[in-house]
Amino acid sequence: MPNTFIKIATVTVGSSGAANIDFTNIPQTFTDLKLVFSTRIITGSQANIWYKFNNSTSSLSWRGLYGTGSAAGSNNGTTVGLLAGVTTAANDTASVFASGEIYIPNYTSSNNKSSAVDNVGENNATASTVYLVANLWSNTAAINQITLYSDYNFAQYSEATLYGITKA
Amino acid sequence: MPASNTYESISSVTLSNNSTTVTFGSIPQTYTDLVLVIVAKITSGGLDMFVKINSDSGSNYSYTQLYGTGTSALSARASSQSIGIAGAVYASNDGVVINQFMNYSNTTTNKTWLTRINVAAATVSLITNLWRSTAAISSLELSSGNPAGTFTSGSTFSLYGIKAA
Repeated sequence: MPNTFIKIATVTVGSSGAANIDFTNIPQTFTDLKLVFSTRIITGSQANIWYKFNNSTSSLSWRGLYGTGSAAGSNNGTTVGLLAGVTTAANDTASVFASGEIYIPNYTSSNNKSSAVDNVGENNATASTVYLVANLWSNTAAINQITLYSDYNFAQYSEATLYGITKA
Repeated sequence: MPASNTYESISSVTLSNNSTTVTFGSIPQTYTDLVLVIVAKITSGGLDMFVKINSDSGSNYSYTQLYGTGTSALSARASSQSIGIAGAVYASNDGVVINQFMNYSNTTTNKTWLTRINVAAATVSLITNLWRSTAAISSLELSSGNPAGTFTSGSTFSLYGIKAA
């Protein structure tokens, strides 16, 4: 049986930090994508982490479900980007990186692109965040680029890996 | 050690016509976990998506759901149901549903699975499901509130198997 879950690329942020984690020229030979990320930003406290397809920040919407350790809530939005949850930051516990994964089915199809996010911004403090997010990019173009970004630059050792999944 | 495949495609269905059910039968018992990814729409409205395991219609299903409406986080629960929950599906809203069936082929324990519903215009949800049977899962029949919830042409259903070491 053919291998159906294959690593496409890994990006690791160097000592200078980076504004984006970018995957370009994504092969169009799979059916689904999974992006797994581990991130931290260089300034402030936990902040949202976003992603966009094909460098587009239009025609997008998201709906989130989150818990902070003391409360649960839900939110939604249509601006900035597709929501990948939260990332840890400079004011959080040292050497703690947020984790998350984004599942993108049928990324080469001519339908609108839905994607699912599971994310945690764990932190050794009173508050931390767990996030589930439904995202929609209302665009029928095939996805050939995925960009992760946040309020500030990503810190060294932030990393993301993109996998391709092929169905029968 | 030579690399071996641990995540494999078992079967996928892309509907060429509208259909009230989609069935994965004769599921191989050679994996440890199953992942079912669904990108579907129905002909009208919005409905729960259901799963019947091994054709069992007994009162053996229960679930606990955590969901977000966009403004509120809520929870719901039901037990002794005659069918399981496998997601939600809409006529006009795009979304993706991911089900993960853990340890599906064992014949000792009751079966549980996780359902993640991701419909940006309607809901985001996590559901934990239980099927009170120790039988290995050999078939999954998906429906969406028949007859109102007929799956539309172009809907995709993809079943993957994951192998433990």
